[in-house]
Amino acid sequence: MTGGWRHRLELVVALVGKEFRVRYRSSVLGVVWSLLNPVCFALVLYAAFRPVLHVPTDDYVAFLLAGLFPWQWFANTVSSAPGVYLGNATLVKRTALPRLLLPLASTTNHLVHFVVALLVAVPALLLTGHRPAPVWIVGLPVLLLLQGAVCLGLALTLAALNVVLRDLEHLTQVLLNLTFFMTPTLYSEDLVPQALRPLFALNPMYHLVPLWRHLMLEGRLDAAALGRAAVCAAAALTLGVLVHRRLEARLAEGL
Amino acid sequence: MPRDSEAIVEFRGVSKSYVLHGPALGLKHTLLHLPSVLREARSRPTFLALDGIDFTVGRGECFGVYGPNGSGKSTLLGLAAGVLRPTRGDVVVRGRVCPLLETGAGFHGDLTGRENALLNGMILGLSRREALAQLPGIRAFADIGSYFDEPIRTYSAGMTARLGFGVAVHTAPDLLLIDEVLAVGDEAFQARCMERLDELRRAGTTLLIVSHERERLARFCDRVLRLARGRVEQLAPPSEVWVPARAEAGG
Repeated sequence: MTGGWRHRLELVVALVGKEFRVRYRSSVLGVVWSLLNPVCFALVLYAAFRPVLHVPTDDYVAFLLAGLFPWQWFANTVSSAPGVYLGNATLVKRTALPRLLLPLASTTNHLVHFVVALLVAVPALLLTGHRPAPVWIVGLPVLLLLQGAVCLGLALTLAALNVVLRDLEHLTQVLLNLTFFMTPTLYSEDLVPQALRPLFALNPMYHLVPLWRHLMLEGRLDAAALGRAAVCAAAALTLGVLVHRRLEARLAEGL
Repeated sequence: MPRDSEAIVEFRGVSKSYVLHGPALGLKHTLLHLPSVLREARSRPTFLALDGIDFTVGRGECFGVYGPNGSGKSTLLGLAAGVLRPTRGDVVVRGRVCPLLETGAGFHGDLTGRENALLNGMILGLSRREALAQLPGIRAFADIGSYFDEPIRTYSAGMTARLGFGVAVHTAPDLLLIDEVLAVGDEAFQARCMERLDELRRAGTTLLIVSHERERLARFCDRVLRLARGRVEQLAPPSEVWVPARAEAGG
């Protein structure tokens, strides 16, 4: 079918649009919250870490922004993923809507929020004396693609698996908390002890967050880290596609 | 009987069994009893909802499926909708299917009738442009006035059903699946539904109606499949399935 892909693309756009409308319909500030949320989060962490904890990092606001926004994209995608099919049970049970589109729409939704957050981050970086580098033209799409693949792979896995194993929802939250501290968002990656690095390396965000930060703050793209992130992305996507394909036919019965 | 090339729906030796789970298995239970869980997974008791079903529905035909609760009607409809997969046998459906299994499946309470109609139309297989073009027709059919632009959560159950029905009959499907929902709305609306279904049929849409109301099926269908405990009990025109005297008695 030639029209099939076009229709699927339209559907993803429509589903993402629905998420946005539903989320902001009854709030006064509406879509401004997409901007305010990351700003407030950054301010809270700045207030906590700078004066209270005295983390010895120069330029800590920019440091936080560059690492936290990618982290939030990842965390929001992963924590909402187990509910994707449960929250759309009627659609799955009643219509032949290609199942894959629901996790895809959810991932895209969070990607859009991240891009909005970047619109906050970039002016903030300019204010703190950083300048956009030419390497951004290559770096931004590459990192968006890699992290997008990681997010989609995990979303596919968690959305489908949680239908047959409902505990996953709770386990995901616990692991996400653990992963946050295994990700160099609040601290620099140099602070991770050598002995723990192989363990930390299993966490895709351990590679991606420093990549984002070096790109945004220093205009630098580390090839070795890029390679490791690409391996994570490929692994997550493969896992997601395999798990999803295996469980797809059983989703309607499991809900 | 329709010629084979015109068959819109074909069920060939279709069986569907469900695994009986008991209460959902938790992660803790799974991990603590992994060997026994794996062993039991192979020998879990199953429930045979449909058992060796064979039938063919031709283009433009109105096909009824009749049976008491638990006879497998909804499973049959789920298979035709492509939501469920058969355990054995083949289900072939040609063309675009529009399920009307539950009115307003996928409607969101915070979105307006118009927004829901557009999204639902697209989910049911229309392109964005086609769905937009159908909105005036859907609005006129649902006949809910200015509520069309109000959030669905302010609707009565009848209004939601009318909108859902309106969307489904405007998607120009090759096969329309109808599950006990003909009883929505007041008499005037029901008459309009019937009229619209007749129109669709003349345009070549195949109707597959599932119900436990024999009167409705008898009035509307060309053929009726009578299901009992997952098997085909009878497949014949309604006049043969229900001899007139019995139909009156059963009402």
